[in-house]
Amino acid sequence: MIDDMDQTCPAGLYLDGIFHAYDGKPVVRGVTVAVPPGQMVCLLGPSGCGKTTTLRIAAGLERSSRGRVTLNCQLVSGDGVHLPPEARNVGFLFQDYALFPHLNVAANVAFGLDRLGRGERSRRVDEMLRQVGMDSYADSWPHQLSGGQQQRVALARALAPKPRLMLLDEPFSGLDKRLRDQVRDQTLHVLKSSGVSTLMVTHDPEEAMFMADAIALMKDGRIVQFGSPEELYLRPATPFVASFFGEVNLIPVQVGGGMVQTPFGPLAAPGLEDGQAAELLIRPEGLALRPDPQGTAEVLAARMLGRVSLIHLRVGGLHLHARVPGHFMPAEGTRLAAELDASQAHVYPAEAGKA
Amino acid sequence: MADTELASSFAARPDPARGTAGCVRLSGWGIAALAIAVLVGTPVVVVGLHVLTPSGDVWRHLVETVLAEYVVNSLWLMMGVGTGVAFGGVGVAWLVTMCRFPGARLLEWALLLPMAMPAYVVAYTYTGLLDYAGPVQAALRAVFGWGSARDYWFPEIRSLGGAVWVMVMVLYPYVYMLARAAFLEQSVCVLEASRTLGRSPWQAFRQVALPLARPAIAAGVALALMETLNDFGTVHYFAVDTFTTGIYRTWLGLGQPAVAAQLGAVLMIFVLVLLLVERLSRGAGRTHHTSSRWRTLPRFRLGPGAGILALVFCGLPILLGFAVPSLALAWWSWQSGAETLFTADFLRLVRNSFVLAAAAAVTAVLVAVLLGYAQRLDPSWMNRGAVRLASLGYAVPGSVIAVGTLMTLGVVNTLSGVLLIGSVGALVYAYLVRFLAVSFNAVEASLGKVTASIEAASRTLGKGAWATLRLVHVPIIRGSLLSASLLVFVDVMKELPATLIMRPFNFDTLAVRTFSLASDERLADAAAPALAIVLVGLAPVILLSRAIARSRPGGGE
Repeated sequence: MIDDMDQTCPAGLYLDGIFHAYDGKPVVRGVTVAVPPGQMVCLLGPSGCGKTTTLRIAAGLERSSRGRVTLNCQLVSGDGVHLPPEARNVGFLFQDYALFPHLNVAANVAFGLDRLGRGERSRRVDEMLRQVGMDSYADSWPHQLSGGQQQRVALARALAPKPRLMLLDEPFSGLDKRLRDQVRDQTLHVLKSSGVSTLMVTHDPEEAMFMADAIALMKDGRIVQFGSPEELYLRPATPFVASFFGEVNLIPVQVGGGMVQTPFGPLAAPGLEDGQAAELLIRPEGLALRPDPQGTAEVLAARMLGRVSLIHLRVGGLHLHARVPGHFMPAEGTRLAAELDASQAHVYPAEAGKA
Repeated sequence: MADTELASSFAARPDPARGTAGCVRLSGWGIAALAIAVLVGTPVVVVGLHVLTPSGDVWRHLVETVLAEYVVNSLWLMMGVGTGVAFGGVGVAWLVTMCRFPGARLLEWALLLPMAMPAYVVAYTYTGLLDYAGPVQAALRAVFGWGSARDYWFPEIRSLGGAVWVMVMVLYPYVYMLARAAFLEQSVCVLEASRTLGRSPWQAFRQVALPLARPAIAAGVALALMETLNDFGTVHYFAVDTFTTGIYRTWLGLGQPAVAAQLGAVLMIFVLVLLLVERLSRGAGRTHHTSSRWRTLPRFRLGPGAGILALVFCGLPILLGFAVPSLALAWWSWQSGAETLFTADFLRLVRNSFVLAAAAAVTAVLVAVLLGYAQRLDPSWMNRGAVRLASLGYAVPGSVIAVGTLMTLGVVNTLSGVLLIGSVGALVYAYLVRFLAVSFNAVEASLGKVTASIEAASRTLGKGAWATLRLVHVPIIRGSLLSASLLVFVDVMKELPATLIMRPFNFDTLAVRTFSLASDERLADAAAPALAIVLVGLAPVILLSRAIARSRPGGGE
């Protein structure tokens, strides 16, 4: 078994069949995910899906009830082994940053560096603070810093001991929208340039797509789909995945002859049986509109949302939303021709919608 | 005991570091916590078990002769003190939080001052002032030309009524504190809603504010009554026979430890009822508030007449419960001359009290940190149970604790031959049993300030449990550790019954000397040690009043 593991074990972080329960209530139910060296993987999902617990298990802050955690081929948890967090050499970036309030910025960053000599330690602190652009704040206290500055100090502190793995728990959720984009961008570059493997937790699909090489979408303690951001967006495995990445129009349909009939013409329904009830999911940006007095779509309302315009349509008794780039504001009651981009439409068996 | 409130708010905190349930892994921390809990909990359990032991002849004799009197006296005492502190405490709390009159801000913290006075000190002082030879009756005789006690009637201070009065004077702050907090917490919206629905300020108080604050008031009264049951010095001096004096007499006079323990067990039933009242009322209080919007309380401005009345009503307890007794003590100390103050004997008393209190305070805080941290690392049912067991002593009267501790140490002696009874160590152990909960509640509440992620940050940065405690928790909560030790320090300084029963031979403290001088009717000589106790007792009152000044939600004026 050990030999077997040596051959198959991937470098980086490998979570294998992780289970966890709080007070008898299961939160993580068989999660398997790998973070290859130097890659950034996101655990994405709604709140309560078990993503943070999975992250804490990787850090050693929780002990999983079943499953194994290996880090660079070293078993750190499972089979009766449990390495405490302080022995794992992982960096953890907390949602609330968790800076030590009784230590100044430099001392916070130096906290994990006591194996280094005095001179080397202060060099490393300077280097890390420079990297995150906080070198002029070395003597400041945490309470004097803004949220974004605290986040950067926390990042420097976690990276300073050169961890084998970085774990990020919703690291940007405490920041306001404008600052978030900037800090996110900077964090991505700092992490990429340090070359550390990273597992990040977020509930924001846009953030996951911005940061991740691969995304594991979780629901109810299980991974629903694992893949690159494009894969999840363009080829969602279930209606849940499709709707998690943005608004969708849901239309109940019937399968006939390997196809489903839609107001926009027939659409292939691979893998579905004839006569089966199905669901058609269409992204609002998958409908192309053009003025046409004979068109099948009638405008109910049009709203400008900034970069896109949102059009409420009635198409054959259905109420659909369409998003059109730029300014497009047809008057109420205008007739439009609607064309469907098949790559933005997905057909699923009806019962899957309830899962 | 305001810190019990802090503790319950901490307990309600959802704990993200919650361990896997049902799976108990005994760590070193868990074992340490359990060992401490057993050590600290045993004396209380030992006494509690005496409820079940078959009763001997002496017990039967007690039941036939004095037990009824103990019960009746204790009940009257509780009834009188309960009524007094409820009316007084709620009244002053309402006036200072809801009304505007000259001096209200000052009164808000000054009303806590009587807490610095041990009841027995107030009892001695008023006896000195009000008995036949005292200045009050002497002045009356001089003015009216009365010759002797037969010429006039004057209330006897050394009576059940006197004891009630003395205890109301020093215990009302418990009700005041909790009622005040409750009134401040009540959202103004609720009160204003009742005003717009046609209630006058007085009706709003009676029909809305008072019912909403009832759980807090009940909790405050329960705490005051626990202190009443704990009192030994006052009732002993006033010759009102209650359980505490009975336990003392049975143990030291009759030499019947088992019977003393049985008395203690009966007393603990009283305490248990009070604890239950306190817990239940706190639980009820939490669900009450429907609106959590804060605004500065709009205070009713009182007219000049009403303002003066309010000032008098609030000023009287401070005057009678603090100013008069401390001035009298200062005067007597002054009269007996500075040279008596700095005698070797007095300095030895101070040193003894200080050493005992400091040793108990340091021990209690260290143990509390250990327990609190163990519970945090692994909040399993076993560690939580250990904490419960270890904090059993906080409601149990000192005399009962002394009996339980001595019995426990007696067993230790027979089993191992180690004789601890009559040592300073045994006394510190008894203090630990009695006051651990005081320090634990403070420590637990402040450990809550160290968030789970700060703890986790230290762990992921390579620091183990010990290093994290040393480098993160202790520096962050240092201030709270100091105030926790201060609370224990002062409680030990004031403690009388356990010290009396358990002190080493010829080992006197300030409290013990105050008691024995007063018992010998040398009240003026007792003034200096009593004053020293009061001065030390002021420290936590100052801490509390600062906390109160900070705790004004919605911003103060």
